[in-house]
Amino acid sequence: AKTKGVFAGVFDLLRGKGKVDQAFLDELEKRLYLADVGTQATTQIVERVRQAFRDKEITGEVEAFVQQQLRELLGNEDRGIRWSATRPTVILIAGVNGSGKTTSIAKLAKYLQDQGKKVLLAACDTFRAAAVEQLTVWAQRLGCDIVKQQQGANPAAVAFDACERAKARGYDVLIVDTAGRLHTQTHLMKELEKIHNVVARQIPGAPHEVLLVLDATTGQNALAQAEQFSKSVHCTGIILTKLDGTAKGGAIFTIKQKLGLPVKFVGVGEQLDDLEPFDPEAFVAALFEK
Amino acid sequence: MFEGITRGLSEALRKLRGRGRLTPENIREGLREVRRAFLEADVNFHVVNDFIARVEAKATGQEVLARVDPAEQIIKIVYDELVALMGPVDPRIPQRSDRPVVLMLCGLQGSGKTTTAAKLALTLKERGRKPLLVAADLQRPGAVEQLQTLGRQIDVPVYSESTSPVDVCRHAVQAAKRQLCDTVILDTAGRLQIDQQLMRELQQIDNLVQPDEVYLVVDAMIGQEAANVAKAFNDALELNACILTKLDGDTRGGAALSIKAVTGVPIKFIGVGEKLDKLEDFVPERMAGRILGQGDLMGVVEKI
Ligand SMILES: Nc1nc2c(ncn2[C@@H]2O[C@H](COP(=O)(O)OP(=O)(O)OP(=O)(O)O)[C@@H](O)[C@H]2O)c(=O)[nH]1
Ligand SMILES: Nc1nc2c(ncn2[C@@H]2O[C@H](COP(=O)(O)OP(=O)(O)OP(=O)(O)O)[C@@H](O)[C@H]2O)c(=O)[nH]1
Ligand SMILES: [Mg+2]
Ligand SMILES: [Mg+2]
Repeated sequence: AKTKGVFAGVFDLLRGKGKVDQAFLDELEKRLYLADVGTQATTQIVERVRQAFRDKEITGEVEAFVQQQLRELLGNEDRGIRWSATRPTVILIAGVNGSGKTTSIAKLAKYLQDQGKKVLLAACDTFRAAAVEQLTVWAQRLGCDIVKQQQGANPAAVAFDACERAKARGYDVLIVDTAGRLHTQTHLMKELEKIHNVVARQIPGAPHEVLLVLDATTGQNALAQAEQFSKSVHCTGIILTKLDGTAKGGAIFTIKQKLGLPVKFVGVGEQLDDLEPFDPEAFVAALFEK
Repeated sequence: MFEGITRGLSEALRKLRGRGRLTPENIREGLREVRRAFLEADVNFHVVNDFIARVEAKATGQEVLARVDPAEQIIKIVYDELVALMGPVDPRIPQRSDRPVVLMLCGLQGSGKTTTAAKLALTLKERGRKPLLVAADLQRPGAVEQLQTLGRQIDVPVYSESTSPVDVCRHAVQAAKRQLCDTVILDTAGRLQIDQQLMRELQQIDNLVQPDEVYLVVDAMIGQEAANVAKAFNDALELNACILTKLDGDTRGGAALSIKAVTGVPIKFIGVGEKLDKLEDFVPERMAGRILGQGDLMGVVEKI
């Protein structure tokens, strides 16, 4: 069983009826902070609840209202893949080191294969030791094709090859793996932009999706990551990984508010089937789990 | 000069300048700024509250100094408390003459264990020791190849076999003796602290191989979860130290305080890049400045 001891207390408060008093708001604040929601969004959410309930006797469940407020912040727009009218649709994957990019690509490929799509992978992480081998193992397990070169090769050149191959052989989807990089490393961000540019040049309208892979255990740094990657390669959405742990990934509230960037998928394990389309209801409900 | 919390603090403590004593009442607003800065630096919520209470206790009754801004006086107290809590640091790696020393690395998925294993091996090698890297992650695709590649880069042998993580580690110690290696570094698979089966596997390795030191490798960008992770791994394994990775970015790294405060386990090394020479000793003074979000903290600290 999962241990969520730190949250004991608020659960009961939220189910409670009666007044939304300061003790209640403090408890809510604590819950949001512990979920990495961050100062700005936490303050805003607590303030909303305070406004809505000020001096009112509560008749229904407080929890339902609070959850509703949180869901609204996450928005409700379409969260699926944006398909290109012509083949191939290109999905570029980016993010900081170790966030779960390569594994998420394998899962995403499986998800799309299950929908009958013909998937090609591009191993553009030519930097990290055995990154190409890692993606190759996944490609073998998936029975899908992969374009790769030696470690140390120019990643933009791999991307070029992959685009040519995807066009020539009629793949539905090309998913591009990239090396992990911290958003503060200017030269590595430039390298990522180069990959992006090559893809854009080879295939009109591509990349159709640029997904930022964000580790749910990340704290307030998540916003800086989202800002810098978006600035660099215009992210279209987020894959929030490692939600099978006890971390809540609350940073996505601020990211949504400030950048409008929606979560499209969540990772809930290390295996191929451990990817799910993002479900805001379930995500918010998990914040209130005992 | 200062960004971060000094401005907010100065504002909050404006009325105090040059007279009276610090009391819980007159520093309350100022400490709220400190609290916010800590939360923004990802220090665990519970740890922040304890910390603020300690600072308040330390500050209460102090004479307001005439020659400095009261904000700086508070910052100095916060800084000293931070340094005291995060230290002391012992950067030594144990050494024995009768048998190889065994170091075990563990942690969440993707925290930087494999890279750090190779960094440690390089550090030891440069000090004239003979490390053996052990590929005990038989789970993640390409994990063994990753360690082998890194081993080749620094010319350090890598032990691997496709049996089980427990057997690999056991046999590796024998192999180290045969190859006259003096330090064995176990690179284990990433795992969640709530994954009971995999946590038991770590305990099994711990029981059978009896590592001299167990290090928890933590991504410095981690948020509130740091406290839970450190506590669970420490409960399962009795950690000797923690290694914080990816500090080359712009994370404030509040995990350093959370981990030490919750478990008492000290931070030993930090990772500051992907390259294998990017491992440094942990320096509490530097980390304190980072958590407070100000580079030039030493100026203030020396003035007081
Ligand atoms: N528990 C859990 N582990 C995950 C999840 N996604 C990825 N991982 C693990 O996280 C670790 C890092 O994943 P990778 O896919 O290699 O991450 P990456 O972003 O490609 O890493 P770099 O290429 O080195 O930057 C691996 O051990 C994965 O098995 C997830 O959703 N849940
Ligand atoms: N920028 C930076 N990247 C690092 C640092 N340490 C490790 N990394 C990168 O983080 C990613 C994950 O590192 P690994 O060593 O594979 O992590 P791990 O804990 O072994 O991962 P799993 O075995 O999948 O659980 C890789 O891309 C590393 O290059 C560091 O100090 N700074
Ligand atoms: Mg990768
Ligand atoms: Mg590893």
